Amino acid sequence: MKVLILLQIAFVVLFYSCNKQNVKLDISAANESKLISNTIHSISSDVKMVYIPGGEYKPFYGSEYVLTKVAPFLVDERAVTNEEFLAFVKANPQWSKSNIKKIFADSTYLRDWQSDTELPKNAKPDAPICFVSWFAAKAYAQSVGKRLPTLDEWEFIAMADETSPNARAKPEYSSNITSLYLQKERQYYSVKQSKPNYWGVYNIFDLIWEWTDDFNSVLTTNDSRTGQYEDKDLFCAGSATSSTDVLNYAAFMRFALRVSVKANYTIANLGFRCAKDTSINNKK
Amino acid sequence: MTNKLIMVSFFMAVIFGACKSGTNSGNSSQSAIDMIAEGEPKVAEVTGAPKVPAPVGNRGPKKWIVNLETTEMEGVIADSISYTFWTFNNTVPGSFIRVRVGDEVTLNLKNAANSVLPHNIDLHAVTGPGGGAAATTAAPGKEASFTFKAINPGLYVYHCAAPPVPMHIGNGMYGLILVEPAGGLPKVDKEYYIMQGDFYTKTSAAKKGLLEFDNDKAVAENPDYVLFNGKKGSLLGANMIEAKVGETVRLFVGNGGPNLTSSFHVIGEIFDNVYLEGGSQISHNIQTTMIPAGGSAIVEFKCDVPGEYVIVDHSLSRAFNKGAIGKLKVTGDANPKVFQAGGAVTKE
Repeated sequence: MKVLILLQIAFVVLFYSCNKQNVKLDISAANESKLISNTIHSISSDVKMVYIPGGEYKPFYGSEYVLTKVAPFLVDERAVTNEEFLAFVKANPQWSKSNIKKIFADSTYLRDWQSDTELPKNAKPDAPICFVSWFAAKAYAQSVGKRLPTLDEWEFIAMADETSPNARAKPEYSSNITSLYLQKERQYYSVKQSKPNYWGVYNIFDLIWEWTDDFNSVLTTNDSRTGQYEDKDLFCAGSATSSTDVLNYAAFMRFALRVSVKANYTIANLGFRCAKDTSINNKK
Repeated sequence: MTNKLIMVSFFMAVIFGACKSGTNSGNSSQSAIDMIAEGEPKVAEVTGAPKVPAPVGNRGPKKWIVNLETTEMEGVIADSISYTFWTFNNTVPGSFIRVRVGDEVTLNLKNAANSVLPHNIDLHAVTGPGGGAAATTAAPGKEASFTFKAINPGLYVYHCAAPPVPMHIGNGMYGLILVEPAGGLPKVDKEYYIMQGDFYTKTSAAKKGLLEFDNDKAVAENPDYVLFNGKKGSLLGANMIEAKVGETVRLFVGNGGPNLTSSFHVIGEIFDNVYLEGGSQISHNIQTTMIPAGGSAIVEFKCDVPGEYVIVDHSLSRAFNKGAIGKLKVTGDANPKVFQAGGAVTKE
């Protein structure tokens, strides 16, 4: 009898762990990330932050008629660079290439670095850092007293072109970005070499993909804003049925990338910039 | 004695049942599901167009590994003009995959490390969500995999289904997978792989002499190029496909689109057999067969007369102005009984 109960318990546990393996991994990683976050050493950062007043905007995936509110926030004018991430790793050796916990980054973390404290050969110190996981990006942000931008914040900034805060209606807005996205190996260039957008933010499109805090929220079901379509199918024509702007190919490409990654992924052209809450309400 | 009788009648019932299910159902997919794929998985031979892998013949169902890599690369689209193609295995169309009904296929999709974008694969030969698209979505530098059983015979298109899909297909991300019936397709002398696609181009802002995808032209379905095998002249000159008089030719023809349907025709030949839309229905004596975007056809004919036979999309502006033209060169002895030039000369 006891054996039976034991077996049953074992079975239930097994069943549970099979089913929830991925979720569990994320939860335990998140917990551990919290533990580790207590031990992150601060580093200084002199990157200029830009005030974004926020406002209401129409998310790319969502209902045509529901606007999302974005609160005012501060965002780095450019992506975190190689040399900045090196300084972070030096101050926080647990995030170095050889010490990082496997749960926080896959095998290509800081892939081309020559050692734990040496950037890749020929890498520009002021080119954006890539091959970093979401966990590592979060840790860095904490070390400079900031956070990652949310997906809505990021896309809010991305609506701007050089002259207007919302260029989505301009036909050339998407096609220009799409042309940029067609070019390979842009991530090796220095930051701030192209013109800033309306807000004074640099390199939103032309160098790298960027992590956002809730990059995977596009996959969540029962989204409170958009309850009527739970099963967002991003594949084939399905992606068009839930998008508010089917001609915005550039946005489709960004969301496709976000759907394809997990928090421990490290990729050649995926980096990040930081953001921060602000209590200021009308500056600019 | 009674035991034996019961056994025999049981046996007969099983046979009867099997026969019944074989004849009654319109398709044999249920029996294909029950087929057992033998042995350890082996890496399947795949080929770039116009070549195809060896026929399956009369082998039983087996397990296969198909490796595909998605890449983004510059290639020649016409004359000396380059275009930014996206591919499976660095070719447009992607590698030809050849299996049989009952085969178990593990498809490994690797996205090249220097890709900008995520890619995936939707195989029309797959029964299951997205044809494998969600299961195979791979970020740059990552790999994804899924396993499927080929349960319906036919010639099927595969393509990338990552959004924006028309762009991924428009840049060349498609190919064909052939699922042969048990026992294989009837033997022929020559087999070739031809796939049509429409290309929408504009000059790249980043690089002189390079063309790239034009979204507006794609939405308007107004291509600059309509091509066989991803390149103007891919089946012309030294690249003509070939056969000899007396040989039977089978063309595996697909249409990747993303938008145009093809009026597929070989000038000077009549298709003896057309596997309509790549399925099991065979039609005879066909001049031009319609191939939808995301669809296919298998056409067969016997070469009776030597010469160069022009392969076109018979929506002819595409052939004459946009590149949808190729050639089959047939060599051998003339056959005056079938074709003779110069029979009735006007007398002075």
